[in-house]
Amino acid sequence: MTLFSRYRILLPIASLALLLAVTFYVQPRTMSYFGLNLLFNLAVPIALATIAQMLIIMVNDIDLGIGAFVSLAACVAATFLEQSPLIGAMIMAALILSYALMGAMIHALALPAIVVTLGMSFVWGGLALFLLPSPGGTSPAWLRAIMTVKPPLMPMALVAACLIAGVTHWLIARAGIGTVLRGVGGNADAVRRAGWSLVRLKALAYGLAGLFGVLAGMALVGLTTSADANIALRYTLLSIAGVILGGGEFTGGKVSPAGAVIGALTLALAASFLSFMRLSPDWQIGAQGAILIAVLAARLLFNGRDGARR
Amino acid sequence: MPNVLRRPWLWAWLAAAATFAATLALGSGRGAGGLAYAALSFGAFAAIVGVGQMLVITLGPGNVDLSIPATMTLSATLALKAMDGAPDTVLLGLGVALLVGLGTGMANFALIFLLRLPPIIATLAASLVYQSLAIWSNRGLRVKPPQALAEFATGRTLEIPNVALVGLALSIGVWIVLERGVWGRWLLAAGQNPRAARLAGVPVERVRATAYLSVSVFAAVAGFLLASFSGGAALNMGAEYLLMSIAVVIIGGTSIAGGFSNVPGIWGAAFFMFLVVSMLNTYGAGAGARSVLTGVIIIGIVIAASSRRNHA
Repeated sequence: MTLFSRYRILLPIASLALLLAVTFYVQPRTMSYFGLNLLFNLAVPIALATIAQMLIIMVNDIDLGIGAFVSLAACVAATFLEQSPLIGAMIMAALILSYALMGAMIHALALPAIVVTLGMSFVWGGLALFLLPSPGGTSPAWLRAIMTVKPPLMPMALVAACLIAGVTHWLIARAGIGTVLRGVGGNADAVRRAGWSLVRLKALAYGLAGLFGVLAGMALVGLTTSADANIALRYTLLSIAGVILGGGEFTGGKVSPAGAVIGALTLALAASFLSFMRLSPDWQIGAQGAILIAVLAARLLFNGRDGARR
Repeated sequence: MPNVLRRPWLWAWLAAAATFAATLALGSGRGAGGLAYAALSFGAFAAIVGVGQMLVITLGPGNVDLSIPATMTLSATLALKAMDGAPDTVLLGLGVALLVGLGTGMANFALIFLLRLPPIIATLAASLVYQSLAIWSNRGLRVKPPQALAEFATGRTLEIPNVALVGLALSIGVWIVLERGVWGRWLLAAGQNPRAARLAGVPVERVRATAYLSVSVFAAVAGFLLASFSGGAALNMGAEYLLMSIAVVIIGGTSIAGGFSNVPGIWGAAFFMFLVVSMLNTYGAGAGARSVLTGVIIIGIVIAASSRRNHA
């Protein structure tokens, strides 16, 4: 038992700090307000998508459709939300509701989440193609303003990351309902016998995931100013990696919201770092994979026996 | 209830037959023969990767190989580069493809076993590295497969596409091993309860290693054949097979919880996945509608199959 296994948040922080230190060393000019903003530019939507994935992993499921869902939300934000905000907001609400329904259905019919979310990814992708057959749309002005605001001291991306981490930490780790939700992942039977309706709890977890997915799509459009149907497909894999990097586990409701946000920041930083390294573009993806493996291997070293048992 | 109704592969085959009929009902251009031939050709690739994915999924929850697309691309790229379009190099190419499959399989399992990473994240991270290797060695050039290989991959024997024959041979081999071989029994035992299997003397880690090696080799063979079939390797050639490999396994009636596998269902599901798209094409659906309907139909099949299982 080491310090790292007792406080599972320490390792994600350490890996982010190490990567950040190396980035500063390689490119000292990034050690500034503007530089940090550039480094973490795309971290906010990734962090939101990672939180969405974490909420699903928390109840022992996995979501292979979150990337397509975020893309769809981005397309809605760039079309309806811009032209007629009321209809746009209603569509977003419907999307969140359909996520909640999907969760309820997965539980009620005992379906494998991995397949249902996979099937739904076709549905989300198809709807996004309806909205934007070719890349286009425009970001609502207010969304653009929020995403490009320049708060004092810290860049927007980091402020937003802290905010997301704080809110979700309160919701999942402190609030009563968060404890029950983690209980669904830990021991669903016990939660049911304590008088909770598992269908409603699953619907709640999925609905919250839908909410964060929608927010991720909106944040993405605010940054990129336009959307296309495939804009966020890689978020499915990024979000899973972010949750695991942040110290979460696939089973048992063992997740850490703050860790997930840090995991997402690490992934975003890894991409920026590699472009600073002047690495041939051929190897950028591979190096991202290697960083992922290295961080996870470090977890094994530090967690010792605890890590070995699972 | 008659015994045949409880067969988990039944629903995939029924769905495939229904879509086949629905396509023919309106299909003015192609006849039944042409459609069946196309389904056999394209279904074969999905079936080969599906059979591999099935072995891994049978190992139990959390076991899945997300590196299939990258392995397919890497094996196709390296094999075609080794052959360089020259005649009489087919065996060399096949050898390279198999070596790539063995290599990625061993790398995947090393990450899972030595670093104790969850398979999802291990194969995902490793696939990024394979993808980079493929990009690096490909450099955007498109090498044509040797004439003989291309002719084999697009040709037919006894009116059955050669690729389908290869796929069938591989599937039957796996089926026999699963149903009759000791290794198959070990795999199912390890999937049902790894602890009990270990206590009963099953070499669980060796079984897992073989399963992860097999899925990579199957993916490598599928990539090799697909590149020969379509006249060259492309960097995104494997992309659709990630979802496809998982979908055909589950629609085919293999339990996602592990411990039960089903080879015939995979072929039914592979035909079905191809036929749905061609049916929607026949009905003139656009790309968006096609995608939405595919998703809805997949979920419908999963619901139908699972409620049937729960009653049985």
